[in-house]
Amino acid sequence: MKDVKGLKRVAIAGFGVVGRGLAKALVTKKDVLIKRAGDYRIAAICDSKGGIYSEEGVDVFEAIRIKEKEGRLPEELTVEDIIDRIDILFECTPTNVETGEPGLSHIKLALENGVDVITSNKGPLVVGYKELMKTAKKTGAKLMYEATVGGAMPIIKLVKNELAGNEVLSIKGILNGTCNYILSRMEQEKMPYSQILSEAQELGIAEADPTYDVEGIDAAAKLVILANSLMNSNATFSDVERTGISSITPEAFEIAAMKGYTIRLIAEATRDELRVSPRLVPFNSPLCVYGTLNAALIQTDLAGEVVVMGRGAGSSETASAMLSDFVELSRCGSK
Amino acid sequence: MKIQVLLSLVLELKDKPGQLLRAIEPISRLGGNIIGVVHKRDRVSPLERISVEISVKIDEGRVEELIEALKRNGVVVKAYNEVRLVASTSLLLVGHIIHTDLSDTVNTIDATGFAEVVEMHISMPEVNEPSTAMVTVSATGKDELKKAVSLLKETCRKKDIMVIEPLNEDLA
Repeated sequence: MKDVKGLKRVAIAGFGVVGRGLAKALVTKKDVLIKRAGDYRIAAICDSKGGIYSEEGVDVFEAIRIKEKEGRLPEELTVEDIIDRIDILFECTPTNVETGEPGLSHIKLALENGVDVITSNKGPLVVGYKELMKTAKKTGAKLMYEATVGGAMPIIKLVKNELAGNEVLSIKGILNGTCNYILSRMEQEKMPYSQILSEAQELGIAEADPTYDVEGIDAAAKLVILANSLMNSNATFSDVERTGISSITPEAFEIAAMKGYTIRLIAEATRDELRVSPRLVPFNSPLCVYGTLNAALIQTDLAGEVVVMGRGAGSSETASAMLSDFVELSRCGSK
Repeated sequence: MKIQVLLSLVLELKDKPGQLLRAIEPISRLGGNIIGVVHKRDRVSPLERISVEISVKIDEGRVEELIEALKRNGVVVKAYNEVRLVASTSLLLVGHIIHTDLSDTVNTIDATGFAEVVEMHISMPEVNEPSTAMVTVSATGKDELKKAVSLLKETCRKKDIMVIEPLNEDLA
């Protein structure tokens, strides 16, 4: 139930880098957001170990201070405890592409209770897209997920709104900034993969265990979301043919360059197949981007080819995507 | 559009200076594009002629003319065969390309009758380290090219060689 004045009570589940970035943005951008999305207050924040709740609104910066000092939020609180006291749930828990948890349960619970959800978590959508959409349709709650693919790069709402009426024939994209960083550095420095990987790890661009990125798992998860939501597929993670970048040699770049190509990890969705693999990309292709950038080339029946590019990761970038969903929610009439 | 063919010529030349030019001049005059020349100096015929294999991309309608011109130039044309090749693409292979029988890998494509490997660059930085090769495959049509590429991918999968395909769906 909404407050009398239409004030929206929001909660944040997951208080890691993404959740904290979002919380900060909700506070610092409040003046602008109120005009676009109406008044709101952060009623609750939950992390994996605890939470914090206040009917008058949580002191976000105090919560961040506690979290960074104690490693958890103070009260014994779960999403279940607060679900009947909120209107919108921001789901920012870590991705698990196999089980979708804990995000999947959070989102299910919210949608079943008519609470709108804005998520940055790929797992629940990869595992249960159709089911979640069905639940949302039944209760009239909305599920928004721009932040799951491409970070700040607009792609989901771009296709759904701006390109509405088009049929998407194919999507080819660079959906993982870590891989793109490694490959573009290998191209420029002619250094072996292992050396560039350690460089990326030192810079915090790659994780200590880089498997999730370099084996194309992250890109494949995003591709499944794009295919299901924009191409009306019914794909799951195992439908993606996947090859990682770890065995690419520095010589590969030299030889490819002789023919006018470089190498990038491309996620491609067509009507027939989904695949994530290193591909030869012409130097003059719009997908020949450098560093941690993401890019996508969307082929449509009416508009032809549309290209988007932007920053695919980072806490403020993810917050940007979630805020755009937040504004969109109120624009299309939350509940 | 004029249909281009890939013409493989097996020629015999006298072992004297300027003979290769006699073979090449008519090719260039008729607008052929030489893809490869293999000069087999170790294979001397009883008449002391040297065998040369030349691959040329040329308009289909000019093949007969070329053969005649070569003969007029005193070049012996031992054999030739033309393959209609209208589509081609380049692919990168990364892995133990040499140790897994390269000729067998290439033959996967050449044996189809509708496609062949027309060019290859290999880089082998160190013994026992993975090699990298850029392979250009030409075929008689787009569908044939797709078929050839998927055959190559299958062979490479078995040999644990990574295939990096070009982005363009339009393989021509």
